[in-house]
Amino acid sequence: MNHSELTQPVDLPARENDSYLAKHTVRSWLLTTDHKRIAILYLLSILFFFLIAAIAAAIIRIELVTPQEDLIGADMYNRMFTLHGVLMVWFFLIPAAPTVLGNFILPLMLGARDVAFPRLNLLSWYLFITGGMVSLYAILVGGVDTGWTFYTPYSTTFTNGHLVTMVAGVFIAGFSSILSGLNFIITTHKLRAPGLTWFRLPLFVWGLYATSIILVLATPVLAMVLVLIAAERLWGIGIFDPAKGGDPVLFQHLFWFYSHPAVYIMILPGMGVVSELIPCFARKRIFGYKFVAAASVAIAVFSFLVWGHHMFVSSQSVYAGFMFSILSYMVAVPSAIKVFNWTATLYKGSISFDTPMLYALGFIGLFTMGGLTGLFVAAIAVDVHVTDTYFIVAHFHYIMVGGMVLGFMGGLHFWWPKITGRMYPEAIGRLAALVTFIGFNLTFFPQFVMGYLGMPRRYQVYPEEFQFYHILSSAGASILGVGYLLPVIYFIWSLKHGPRAPDNPWSATGLEWTTASPPPVHNFHQIPVVVEEAYQYPVPASPPLEAALPGKSQKGEPL
Amino acid sequence: MTFPLFPEQASLGAREVDYVMLWLIGISCFFLLVTAGPIAFFCFRYRRGNQVNRVHIRKGALALEFTWTIIPIFVALGLFGLGASAYFRQRHPPEEAMELHVVGKQWMWKIQHPEGKREINELHLPEGVAVKLLMTSEDVIHSFFVPSFRVKQDVLPGRYTTIWMVPSKPGSYHLFCAEFCGTSHSRMIGRVTIMPRAEYQAWLLTGEQGESPVAAGARLFRELGCTGCHVGSPAVHAPNLNGLFGSVVPLEGGTTTLADERYLRDSIMLPNLQIVHGYEALMPSYQGKVSEEELMAVITYLKTLGSGKRGERIGGPGSAGAVEAGGEAARVQPLHLDMRTPAPAVVQPDGAPAAGGPAKGGTPP
Repeated sequence: MNHSELTQPVDLPARENDSYLAKHTVRSWLLTTDHKRIAILYLLSILFFFLIAAIAAAIIRIELVTPQEDLIGADMYNRMFTLHGVLMVWFFLIPAAPTVLGNFILPLMLGARDVAFPRLNLLSWYLFITGGMVSLYAILVGGVDTGWTFYTPYSTTFTNGHLVTMVAGVFIAGFSSILSGLNFIITTHKLRAPGLTWFRLPLFVWGLYATSIILVLATPVLAMVLVLIAAERLWGIGIFDPAKGGDPVLFQHLFWFYSHPAVYIMILPGMGVVSELIPCFARKRIFGYKFVAAASVAIAVFSFLVWGHHMFVSSQSVYAGFMFSILSYMVAVPSAIKVFNWTATLYKGSISFDTPMLYALGFIGLFTMGGLTGLFVAAIAVDVHVTDTYFIVAHFHYIMVGGMVLGFMGGLHFWWPKITGRMYPEAIGRLAALVTFIGFNLTFFPQFVMGYLGMPRRYQVYPEEFQFYHILSSAGASILGVGYLLPVIYFIWSLKHGPRAPDNPWSATGLEWTTASPPPVHNFHQIPVVVEEAYQYPVPASPPLEAALPGKSQKGEPL
Repeated sequence: MTFPLFPEQASLGAREVDYVMLWLIGISCFFLLVTAGPIAFFCFRYRRGNQVNRVHIRKGALALEFTWTIIPIFVALGLFGLGASAYFRQRHPPEEAMELHVVGKQWMWKIQHPEGKREINELHLPEGVAVKLLMTSEDVIHSFFVPSFRVKQDVLPGRYTTIWMVPSKPGSYHLFCAEFCGTSHSRMIGRVTIMPRAEYQAWLLTGEQGESPVAAGARLFRELGCTGCHVGSPAVHAPNLNGLFGSVVPLEGGTTTLADERYLRDSIMLPNLQIVHGYEALMPSYQGKVSEEELMAVITYLKTLGSGKRGERIGGPGSAGAVEAGGEAARVQPLHLDMRTPAPAVVQPDGAPAAGGPAKGGTPP
């Protein structure tokens, strides 16, 4: 095996308080190349963007309580949902799990001292922040009203918003994605600790690896299409404008070629987190390790072949529709495999319901709902009816919020002791997980019903018969808001007042738990050597002897 | 106040979509049961501290993996078939369907009936008749959506899309624009009114009577100067338009194209996009000179010109034997309108056989 010098088992002298958090200067944060500090920078930045986008969502939900226009005008409403979509997708959902959890945990899980290219990692963050600031500027000077999808020719010829500035921001942030993906791929290939073979990797690493492949391969297509929109808008080059012989649907092909895989950028790391949490809190090795790992890669590959299912009504040919439909159904299979394997992992486990586990179970529930409604929208005849309605809105929120956000929150709680060296308050943590789950379902389940009844998305005023569902949805959103706010409060509280975390508060397996909480600057004083597969949780014998046996079965084989 | 789960079924196709939907709901409930059920049971039974036997020998894991891989594949294939076959029928209108014209623009729907009557944001339809809408947009992408018909189709600028249905239940239903189209997107709505056939016929005779699209098309064909090249004396070497619609046209470069509405439209607005084999690119673009409604009328008129009988001239025999068939589509003759002098002999540009592709509506010689 070819390991770089970073992973050579060189002993570093153990020092008192060599925690990566020890330095406090602004300079030590802004010029850091420590993956753990960069992860914190990302955490603060995505929370900032999430907050703005969530406020936009709140305004939208308040506006929709009545069928008429009351709180804001039509133009402002359109700008609000565009703002919500753009910031949530590109500045929260896509970067959140890879750049926060991935950055922090990946090198620790691999037994590495940092990512492969630490300075590139810092550059990624600066690109991300620059992109975010450019987009924010576009919002502050007047915003964009096209929706996050920027469909042509509306975006290129008709809208009066600050479209070019907005896409410039997304374009810049895209490079941050590409560089992060590249960094993670190379880190995973080159910086694994001795003995850490591919099939001994924690499943989060597999999820992150699959995510990184998508980041590297799909994001350039987004970059190209954004350049084309800007060029068409600035110079009228006529790629998409039908009056010049352009094809507005071409934009949709290019856009969804990126944006469908992007959904899997959001969900794959979440699946990886859940694959960590379930074994830990069920005290059991994951069922079907190789199938769960391979499913991640299969999802990443299939994700590139299904973009046309966003375009069943966009005048695409009937036969193209057939191909995209059947391929979309094929994506459902690896997703189902994961859910079944998680379920089987619980069998004969010793399950505790700490906050991360509640989020993981919530993830499975909401992801299953999102996935099953994916079957609905892959059935072309049904999709024709429900596309561009609230059914779609509900479906993708179940995947993105139910899946990605719950996975992220589960991971954040799970690794919070490692990240900060402090425990969060467990009881209120469980409460927040429950509130989030209830609030989420109340917000989005009614949207399935009103979507099938015909309520179109991106409507500010709507027929009265939908009001009941909108009120339910808005009420749910306020509960969901509480579910989001609680962790922010107690996480901040825990930084000062939380009990000090032990190195391994969950008795979890994985290299990240073998080092201090918070980890030293270079992660490990001695590079660990891996001799066993992941998730070697103690196997119980007959009930009274449970605790007595070591982490192997009597036959010496992992179970 | 009632809380229905399904919108009303106002077309024959609606029932079919709901049928697929019910299958999907059933299968989803099944999968929800086989995952949520065991998860809930395991979480309860194997909760930490509960004294139960946790010893198990992992046998048959591989068989289990294959079971839950293969069953979803077959379920997925079945659902694909259900959804796809219903969709296939949605996309193939019957030949005899009555054709209405729909033009979307920011932010209204403009509709014209085949007899010429026009309406805005209102669509009156007869019960039990297959209706096909030929749609286009003047500006951005819109989407024609009638929930009670379970149909939706994007309406694109520079392109024609169609949608069809058989209205089955008199009443009044929502018409929505489903693709975001700008400031007043949510106000680009209308009503679809389904009425018994006799009432529809009576309704057609109320109010202002417009010129029918075919008549308007014939008039515009003269007024826009199309006749100058495509009819009568071939001072300019221009393709024959008689029986053009539905035929296979040989193009420069050896390819062919089906002469559908898209082709006719592009030939008028972007004439240099596809040049007919053996002709020079002389046709000027009519972009900006003709409205979408007028263009639809011209195309509707062109479609009436000896459809399926390529080569015959309108208004008389004298087709001079230049019936195009098989790969001989390159032989065309100028259109002969009945008010003009008889057409001269058939233009035979070069006699080269057209490249590939079976011609529609023709048999090999």
